[in-house]
Amino acid sequence: MSNDPVLDVEQLKTYFYLDEERVAKAVDDISFSIYPGETVALVGESGSGKSITALSIMQLINKPGKIVGGSISIASEEILTLSSKQMEKIRGNDIAMIFQEPMTALNPVFTIGNQISEILRKHKKLSNKAAQEKAINLLKTVGISRAEEIVNEYPHQLSGGMRQRVMIAMAISCDPKLLIADEPTTALDVTIQAQILDLMADMKEKFHMALLLITHDLGVVSEYADRVMVMYGGQIVEEAPTSKLLELTKHPYSQGLLESLPKLEEDVDRLGTIKGTVPPAYDFPSGCRFSSRCPFVMEKCKQSSTDLKKIDQDHFVRCYLYENGGSEE
Amino acid sequence: MTNLQTITSYSGSDDILLDVQNIKKYFPIKGGVLKRTIGHLKAVDDVSFTVKKGETLGIVGESGSGKSTLGRVILNLLDPTEGKIYFNGQEISQLKRKQVRPLRKDMQIVFQDPFASLNSKMSVAELVEEPLLVQTSLSKSQRKERAIEIIEKVGLRADDRLKYPHEFSGGQRQRISIARALIMNPQFVICDEPVSALDVSIQAQVLNLMKDLQDDLGLTYLFIAHDLGVVKHISDRVAVMYLGKIAEIAPKKELYENPLHPYTQGLLSSIPVIDKSKKQREKIKITGDLPSPANPPSGCVFRTRCPKAHDRCAVEQPLFTKKADGHYVACHLYT
Repeated sequence: MSNDPVLDVEQLKTYFYLDEERVAKAVDDISFSIYPGETVALVGESGSGKSITALSIMQLINKPGKIVGGSISIASEEILTLSSKQMEKIRGNDIAMIFQEPMTALNPVFTIGNQISEILRKHKKLSNKAAQEKAINLLKTVGISRAEEIVNEYPHQLSGGMRQRVMIAMAISCDPKLLIADEPTTALDVTIQAQILDLMADMKEKFHMALLLITHDLGVVSEYADRVMVMYGGQIVEEAPTSKLLELTKHPYSQGLLESLPKLEEDVDRLGTIKGTVPPAYDFPSGCRFSSRCPFVMEKCKQSSTDLKKIDQDHFVRCYLYENGGSEE
Repeated sequence: MTNLQTITSYSGSDDILLDVQNIKKYFPIKGGVLKRTIGHLKAVDDVSFTVKKGETLGIVGESGSGKSTLGRVILNLLDPTEGKIYFNGQEISQLKRKQVRPLRKDMQIVFQDPFASLNSKMSVAELVEEPLLVQTSLSKSQRKERAIEIIEKVGLRADDRLKYPHEFSGGQRQRISIARALIMNPQFVICDEPVSALDVSIQAQVLNLMKDLQDDLGLTYLFIAHDLGVVKHISDRVAVMYLGKIAEIAPKKELYENPLHPYTQGLLSSIPVIDKSKKQREKIKITGDLPSPANPPSGCVFRTRCPKAHDRCAVEQPLFTKKADGHYVACHLYT
């Protein structure tokens, strides 16, 4: 991967102040970088903080949530200190985001053409006519054949897969450097999911974007991501290139996730499970946040937690089991 | 009607619990000022299969395939437009409301969303005991005893009885739904996407529980889901539905190792899998969207998205062909 990162997140903390006593540490001290042309997956279950990470990058965190620490830079420019006006210029232009449920992300009372051309008028200062033409071209780029008709239709007239194609068209309209996709195919059927994921991979190549793919599906990760970060309890617990993470899985949580997946290629009588449930973000166990569910928990895990440590040149794990440079005891 | 014969001839013995014959469920589409019926949405269109005692039949399909409607028709929650359903040898599709009630003891359902399917104003005890109240004349203490027994069986604690649904996580709520379904000791449980709202680690817990309960209580499952991995894990046989019809039905191993219908093949190759060796499988791509069930394509319903469609597919509906023991496929490639 080349030179400077597109996105650099350093010690980001996003907390939600629920009431006087309870603070939900939804994202707690995470750092990572994404380089040009890379697809990086952020994996975790609900409540792991993966979506909040994305929303923090977009600076779409609302009260009672607040980014309380750290820095985020896009192409070496710090964005956490920008005013909301300046941030508007970055959002949609340098970074674009695709959401899980395209029906709620699109405005039901405006036509598709209207919604795409709005971005072009705002960011690219195109005239109405030019924006409308560009909108049609964009729809064709994302594989919508009846683009001339679709621009005049409303979101409810389209299927889920088509709506997600429209979302992708909107996202790429200003040639962003980074595309964040938050569970982009979770609401779709598998055959449509495959179409959309392939389209995103194509668009990434064509427009030289970096892609941050947020998902709970390790199958999707395995087929599309170059690198994976596994999140649990607002922290990254393991990070490695995809094949390494799936083959040499180190963190007990990542292992548990993999074992609990029903496999198509092999028969198992019982699935592996992770006992218990994800604790709420205002009530993490002291020490390691996974200690309440970990099958290998040790006394010191309940007292304190370790950092994300390098165990190999590109493999990082946050776990006491691998304290001494990755040698299992 | 030939597909009925071929399918039922597969078994046709005493150990059949459920026998579904040529079930159709059409919903009228009303339009115009007079709200006249201007067409039909063919949610389930001529579906036949049998389920043996103690087995799990998985039904997979994408949204709009009619799999949930099928489950509701079998449970008598919806009346079929045509066709017959036999449960334990008794025809149940023509029963009156009153006659259905005793049957409910034997047939239960677990729904997808444990947030919507449990009344938030009822405690766990009330939720779980409600079927006993309706169906039996057990005393209060007997009901409590039975409820505790089943609550512990599904992996909750006896003192969870006094809590309310909002105090539980999604996985635990699904356990409550299962307890509620099992308290009458049913023979047959329809599971309609029971784990699709759950995270994978929790999904695995619930799937393991369902398998254990099946072994313990001798349950028969009709397991409806869109996730082929989940269906494979829990089922003995699997039926693949597309636009209201069964495209292929086979024992699990046979279906996943030797899928014959182009739709099954496409569906299987669309699933992103964790391929540790990263060897590229040959992908069979299914293009386009699901056509509207109000206006399905002529001939084979899958032909508009089928990579192997030919002229015959547009004119003639494919019938079931037996390709191996228990393996039936409705596709012109095999006739």
